[in-house]
Amino acid sequence: MIESILTLAFVTQVIRIAVPYVLAALCGSLTERAGVIDLALEAKLTVGAFAAAVIGHATDSGTAGLVAGVAAGMLVAAVQIGCAVWLEADQVIVGIALNILALAGTRFFMQVIYQEGANTPPAPAYGDAVLTNPIIVGAMLAAILVPLAVRHTRWGLRLRAVGDRPDALVAVGVSPRYVRLWAALIGGALCGAGGAQLSLAVGGFSADMTSGRGYFAVAMVIIAGWRPALAAACCVAVAISHAIGIQMQLLHPTIAGHRIPTELAPLLPYLLTVVALVIFSGKTRKPPTSLGKL
Amino acid sequence: MKRELHTVAFALLVTIAVGSLLMMIAGKQPGHIWLQMITRTWSSSYAMGDVLYKATAIVLTGLSVSIALDAGLFNLGVEGQLTAGVLACAVVGAALPAGTPAIVAIPLCTLAAAGAGGLIGGVIGVLRVTRDAHEVITSFMFNAIVVGISLWIGNAVLFQNGTTTGPAIVPGAELPQLGIGGSSANVSVAFAIGAVVAIGLLRTRTTWGHALRAVGRDPAAARAVGISVGRVQIVVMIGAGALAGLAATNFVLGHKHAFEDGLGRGVGLLGVSAALLGRLHPIGVAIAALGLGFLSSAGLAVGDQVPKELTEMLQGVLLLSIAIAVPLIRRASVEVRA
Repeated sequence: MIESILTLAFVTQVIRIAVPYVLAALCGSLTERAGVIDLALEAKLTVGAFAAAVIGHATDSGTAGLVAGVAAGMLVAAVQIGCAVWLEADQVIVGIALNILALAGTRFFMQVIYQEGANTPPAPAYGDAVLTNPIIVGAMLAAILVPLAVRHTRWGLRLRAVGDRPDALVAVGVSPRYVRLWAALIGGALCGAGGAQLSLAVGGFSADMTSGRGYFAVAMVIIAGWRPALAAACCVAVAISHAIGIQMQLLHPTIAGHRIPTELAPLLPYLLTVVALVIFSGKTRKPPTSLGKL
Repeated sequence: MKRELHTVAFALLVTIAVGSLLMMIAGKQPGHIWLQMITRTWSSSYAMGDVLYKATAIVLTGLSVSIALDAGLFNLGVEGQLTAGVLACAVVGAALPAGTPAIVAIPLCTLAAAGAGGLIGGVIGVLRVTRDAHEVITSFMFNAIVVGISLWIGNAVLFQNGTTTGPAIVPGAELPQLGIGGSSANVSVAFAIGAVVAIGLLRTRTTWGHALRAVGRDPAAARAVGISVGRVQIVVMIGAGALAGLAATNFVLGHKHAFEDGLGRGVGLLGVSAALLGRLHPIGVAIAALGLGFLSSAGLAVGDQVPKELTEMLQGVLLLSIAIAVPLIRRASVEVRA
């Protein structure tokens, strides 16, 4: 078991698994720092993955698929901000509704387009390669650039201001709504690319393929105290526990002579996340002051 | 009251419009499909019984979500609480001696279902209150954990020779079916009605109910008048979990008479829709549950013409349009008055 983890193959597996989590968590950090609760990460991942697979299949081009995934993520973010900021709808309900809609909607449109409810036809696959996959390279860059931008640019200052003191922004003549919209759109583009990685890595979309990654990403954003770099790092930890879970299912390790049941191995990331939430919630940093309030 | 009706009417109109659009995208005539949804369900006593069977569970999960929301907490953990209830109910029912009379067996199984659900809800509540762990996130994690653990228990000790069904409960624990067109509607509808009445009285006629809603409206103000906010939130999450667990009686005691993997799945989300569509009022939740039960049966009835995912999408549309309608109608009514 230990030998199988300390290999290059395991490291690249962790990187591949981590990318959607990391991109979703960067998205969540941006939206939430701007003061909007982002429970719609799951929806952005799902719709991004679906759009990438459909367009990737239609054009036979991974790049076109990636662009479609990014656009789809931005579209979901625009709907989210339209409802939650312009129309002032409850942010938690908007997020949950979008997740339900995305999960059912991708299956509905699979039926309508391909008369099939489980999988899309094959799209170009990036496969196991790491350094030639533009999404993985882009995610690594984003994990460095997004925290820097939040900290050191005028845009980042406005983003943090709108989350903590939206009235101060109004006083200098900047509309909080548009700052929130832009934060969410950039986040949506990242999260949509994360979705595209899910489907393009294996060359197709299958129903419910995000399986809760968006919720993990929100949890990591909270655990990291809304700091994007730390949230990305926490996501790598989730990816490691996810990969160990997969190895445990494949290798059936034993503890003191007892085999770990295969049903329990995939639960490892869930348990660790609850434990981390219990330890770190409200301990690290306070949430942005205007989070959830308009 | 009028404002709530306007909110619901707005949400329903949006949902019907979006639903019609989706039917057109699927290449069908919306008017025709809506009409068939109604006539095919209405004209069959089996389908109407099925509506009641589904609504029984949705009322309970809807009340679970709505009392938690009354106190300002979003109980997204119904799925896990219900699964824990199904497991506990079926295990207790199967462990009882064969000749156990109904008067003993049914209360024991019901208590086990509500207790197991309440336990999960209580854990989520305690983590929220004492550790500040966001209940939506922990709920999601616990749903996966409970489903995984119950599958493990099922595979390890319960499932009979290669199936995903556990041992049958004793005959005394079975709740009689109502015999509506051979459907699974059963006596556990009494639990649902009882819960509506009990929650209705609790909410409006007791100090507890007032404390509950005070915490939901403004925790700081509630604390200022001496309400222990944390205690109210923990107790309400135990209650919400118990209501979700109680829905297991409909599936286990009233229909399947055994533990089955996946039993009751999807009813948690329907509960969220019912709570919001019912505007957190117990009678509203009951009416919404009947409507959602109808939608879910009607969706199956036209499954040969439009993808069955349509009804699930409509649930999402419904939630989104309620979320939009609440501030819109509030502003509209304030402007009219001003």
